[in-house]
Parts: sequence; structure tokens; C-alpha cells
Amino acid sequence: MTTEGRAEPATVAVAVRPTGPVDWSEGVALAVIEAHSTGRGPLLPVLHALQETFGYLPAPVVQLVAKALNLSRADVHGVITFYSDFRSTPPGRTHVQVCRAEACQSMGGYALADHARERFGIGFGETTAAGDVSLDQVYCLGNCALAPAVTVGGQLAGRVTPERFDQLLDARGTADQRSGA
Amino acid sequence: MTSVVRVYLPGDSAARSVGADDVTAAVVEGARLRGRDVEVVRNGSRGMFWLEPLVEVVTAQGRVAYGPVQVSDVESLLDAGLLEGGQHPLALGPTEEIDWLARQNRLTFARVGVTDPLSTEDFEQHGGLVGLRRALTMTPAEVVEEVVESGLRGRGGAGFPTGIKWRTVLAAPAVPKFICCNADEGDSGTFADRMLMEGDPYTLIEGMLIAAVAVGATEGFVYIRSEYPAAVASMRRAIEIAYEQGWLGQRVLGSSYAFDLEVRVGAGAYICGEETAMLESLEGKRGMVRPKPPIPALEGLFGLPTVVNNPLSLASVPTVLAHGAAFYRDFGLGRSRGTQVFQLAGNVARGGIVETAFGVTLGELLDDFGGGTSTGRPIRAVQVGGPLGAYVPPDRFGLPMDYEEFAAAGAMVGHGGIVVFDDTADMAQQARFAMEFCAEESCGKCTPCRVGAVRGVEVIDKILVGQDVAANVVLLNDLCDLMVDGSLCAMGGLTPMPVRSVLQHFPEDFDRTSAGRRP
Repeated sequence: MTTEGRAEPATVAVAVRPTGPVDWSEGVALAVIEAHSTGRGPLLPVLHALQETFGYLPAPVVQLVAKALNLSRADVHGVITFYSDFRSTPPGRTHVQVCRAEACQSMGGYALADHARERFGIGFGETTAAGDVSLDQVYCLGNCALAPAVTVGGQLAGRVTPERFDQLLDARGTADQRSGA
Repeated sequence: MTSVVRVYLPGDSAARSVGADDVTAAVVEGARLRGRDVEVVRNGSRGMFWLEPLVEVVTAQGRVAYGPVQVSDVESLLDAGLLEGGQHPLALGPTEEIDWLARQNRLTFARVGVTDPLSTEDFEQHGGLVGLRRALTMTPAEVVEEVVESGLRGRGGAGFPTGIKWRTVLAAPAVPKFICCNADEGDSGTFADRMLMEGDPYTLIEGMLIAAVAVGATEGFVYIRSEYPAAVASMRRAIEIAYEQGWLGQRVLGSSYAFDLEVRVGAGAYICGEETAMLESLEGKRGMVRPKPPIPALEGLFGLPTVVNNPLSLASVPTVLAHGAAFYRDFGLGRSRGTQVFQLAGNVARGGIVETAFGVTLGELLDDFGGGTSTGRPIRAVQVGGPLGAYVPPDRFGLPMDYEEFAAAGAMVGHGGIVVFDDTADMAQQARFAMEFCAEESCGKCTPCRVGAVRGVEVIDKILVGQDVAANVVLLNDLCDLMVDGSLCAMGGLTPMPVRSVLQHFPEDFDRTSAGRRP
């Protein structure tokens, strides 16, 4: 008998979303809003849950959330646009984040950022025309002793040289083809 | 049949970022093929990141360590008797005797990397809940005074005395009161909050419960940044289990105290690490900084009395209550008491967590623990205390880590994060980045920060192309004065610190006209 772990490791489950985002549906959105409207100050949890569901926050979200939480549309729009996590356009199939903060800068982060932009032919905050990759910059992934750091599809990677970055992306591409994506 | 061998392999997200999951799978499979029973515990990280993935095996001699282990090493390790603590080039001996660890005073991080993060048995066997149980036998005022006596100061960077803050909240008449843990650890070079939440989440819960008992709070929030999904998952699961155990809920450990706790996730705004911006965000608003007064202790979350503390401050409290204020206060020097969880990051050979008493010098941390740079080149500068902290040159490495000593030197200890740069670093570029970062992350509420940072980037750009250099350096200094004096919070108020430290210590990098360092 081989037993792996006394308790399920908490850190494994979060990395990969088992199913992709679903298409926009007002009914689904209302159910999500309802499920997350409990508790004090629920706007951020509601928006996170909606983005988790649809992959982004389509325009009708503003009106629906405002009505459900008794807020003005300006309040909801203001919050969505303040926080860099919330996006109003569909994301690429693979989300790539490159850390641009000081610890990563000290270990070749500037060159890695250039390499990432070059590889995809887009800037930070953009999605490739084919919709396969969204590239974002991030200020600190908390992996500062193993800099430079990136995430690919939600998986954190440390000590990422441009070569290792390409390997991570290539491995991902193979996996995507296997699953028929 | 041989007995089951327990193997520890970190589930910490940094360890996983360099292959700990694959190594775990390889060890399990290799053991299976050899007909051996292993029980794998995904512990937190010991914080020796140059040795990750670190494999520990429980032997008759205690836990012995191997690292850094790659998948390709696993076969030879198993052949060399990994499961019996056998010799191998990657063998490090008994974990606790590794010099780097043995020289630390791990109080706040006592259990991180040692226990199974979500095992309540492990937690209690290693001293968990002792502090809370003692607090429950004391009056709220006695708990507050114990924390005041310990000399504990806020570990988030500002260094405000934790007990004094609690005293204010205890005396506030309004109810309900809140405990808000500010786990928006956005500063580069810091990862201790993340490691604690992933590696020992119950300690944070215990600290928040003690705070609740001390000030009469009934609800709490842990505000965790979205960049830390593993910490979010770990804290959420730990809170669920704590409810099942009766640690949280209507009767805390069977007492008359009630406390509810919930995790809230940020959304990618650095400014939400500022306490009032975090409160706005928790209320479901844009993370805009509030003017102070009123202070959050009196009018915090939803206008009600609120303790806002950093995870490490809260996680230090169980030690204070378990061992007494005097025990904690005996570490440190001057007005910096207890231990600080220093974080060695960036271009450093041996990066990770060094928890030790205040008073250790920067040089000791960088040489004795850090072992110089990762690239092997000389250190040019270290940035202490995050993006708003000063760049310190090697001739200042004799500075002891002490809030007041650092402040007197135009720097700050902050949260104890230290980012190392080697001699290829372009310090003018780093000064420019400080302004650029402020422009990117300013909440926009006050003009000195919102506009000043943009102007700061422009002025530095002019200097770097050699345009009216002397006049523009004067202008840059003026701008720094204005941002320091006129900004609403530390974002605009401290951004000049790294800029000025570069002007002071590395002026040659601003001079691009001579045979400069950079083309």
C-alpha cells in the first residue's frame, strides 16, 4: 500500500481550472450573483465568481449586479475598472503572467519580459489575435527567492530563463492539442 | 514487510514552482516499484529555497534532508537508501542541524515546514492553541497589556505597536468590532505571509482569535491578494476545519466568545495593502485611500472599530501569549523587540526565510545567510522594505536591523524583505521604476502621488538623456519633497525613498554623458 499524504494537499487543487469558462447567460449570471451576495460588502466576491464562471465580465454584468446589490451602475463600473484582475474582454485560452517587480528585475526580469512580448508578438494586457494567449504583467508573485517568476495557465514557475519560458509554453501547447482544445 | 516511511515534500507554491510535485510523484512511484510503503506529507517550506525541492525522510535519527532534488535524482537517491537516510551527494544531514536553520530563532515560523499545514493534531502537538487557551483565562485588558508589554510592532512595514492599537479598539464603544488581517503582501521581496498562510494557517487563525478576545471583536476577515491562490485555498480549508473543531464559531473552544472568520480575495491592486484602501476594498469599493483621522481602530470597516494587522503580527501573538511578554521582549534591541522574519530575495545565493532577533546586521544577513549573489558577482545594492524602501550600498551593510537605526539612515526595515542586486544593476533604471510603479499603482485620490509619480518618470527620463541635468536633479529633489509632504498615504509618501537613495548613493548612474555605466 502506498498512501500519499494524510490530508489532501490544499495547494494542488487550485492551480488548474477543471472546466473552461461557460458562454454568457443571464440566467447563470443571476444564479451566481445570488449565490455570492450573502455577507457584508459582497461586490468583489460576486465579481470574482462571475469572472470565474464566464472568463471575463461581459457588459450586461454591470446592470445585473447593480440591480441585485442595490448599487449604482457607476459604482459597479468603477470597481470593475479599478482592479486589474477584472477584464471586460474574453481571455486567451492560456493566461501568462510575467512578474515585473524588483526581485525578478535583479535576476533578468527585464530580458524575460522582452522575450515574452516577442514570443507572442503582443504587449502586456493584450491577447493574441488567435485567442490562444493572454499576456499580463504582475507586480510580485511571492516567489522572490526563486526569481524570475511567471505563471502559465495558473501554474507558478520559478527561476525562469527565456529558454525555460519557451519550454513551459511548448509543454502547454502539447497538452492543449492532446485535450483537443 | 517493512514499516511505512514518512517523507516530507513541500506543497509550498515556491517549492512547487521548481518541481516539487514531479519529485513527489517520482518518489511515490519509485518507492512503489521497490515494494516500499511511504506516507508523503506535503508540508510548508523550511524557507531554504536554494535547496528546494527539499525532501525530508523520518529516520530513527529524526528528520534528515536532501536537496535540491530533481526528478532525475530520485532513482539514485532511492538506490542510495533515501528511505533509511542513506548517504548521497544531495544529503544534508539532520534538517534541524543545517547551520542556516540552526542559527535562527524561529518563533513565528516555528511550525512552518515542520508540520502538515492542515493537520490539527500536528498543530496542537507543536504548541498550537496554548496561547489562545491562556488568553481565554485572562480578561481582555490583560491580553492587550501582555501584547503591549511584549513590544510587538506591526510587521507589515509601519512598525506601529500592536498592543497600543488593540488598546484603542478595546476602549472603543461601538459594536460589532472587526479583526482584519491584511494579507495583501504586494511588495517585491516578501513572501513570508504567503508561506505562513500556506504552511501554518492555524497559527494565523489562533492569532486572530486572540486579537478578537482581546478587543471584543466578533467577526474577522483575511484579505489575501489574488496572486496567492494557494494561500487562499489553504486558509479557506483551514477555516473550515477550525469551524469543525469548534475553534471558530459561536463558542470559541467552548468559551462564551464568538468569532466568525472569512477569506476575501483582492483583485490585483497594490494599493490595497494600504490599510484604509484594504478596508474600502473589503466593503466592495474601489481601493481608494481614506484620509486619517479617523483611524481604523475607531472607524474602520463599515465605520466600526477595527484591528488591521499584518499576518506576521497576528501570527506572533500566540507566541507572546504562550510564553509570556518577557520571553518575546528578550529578543531584539532598543525599541525593536522580538524576532523579525527577514526574507532574502532577488540575486542571492541562498535566498529564503531568516527569522532572527532584531539587531542582526544587514551584512550578517547577506553574507552569513545569503552567501552573496546568485550570479557570483559583487553586491551593488540591496533594497530593504519593498518597492518603497531605500537602496542601500555595501558601505552601509553594518547597519543593524532596527526600526530606528534604519530610519536614521534614510531607509526603512519595513517588513524585512531584502532584494539583492549585483554590480550589473542599473540603479538609475531602478529609481525610474520606483516612480513608474507609483504611477501604475497609485489609487489616484491625492495629486502629489497621482501626478507626482508621472512627472517623476518624465524628469528622470530627461536626466537620463542628458537634458539640463543639474537643474532637473534639483527639480527631482523638489518633487520628492512634495510627494513626501503632501501625499495621503505611504504610496506617494515613500516612493521618493528609493529614488533619493539612488541619488545619494549611486549618483554616477544618472550621469549618462561620461563614459557611463550604460549605453
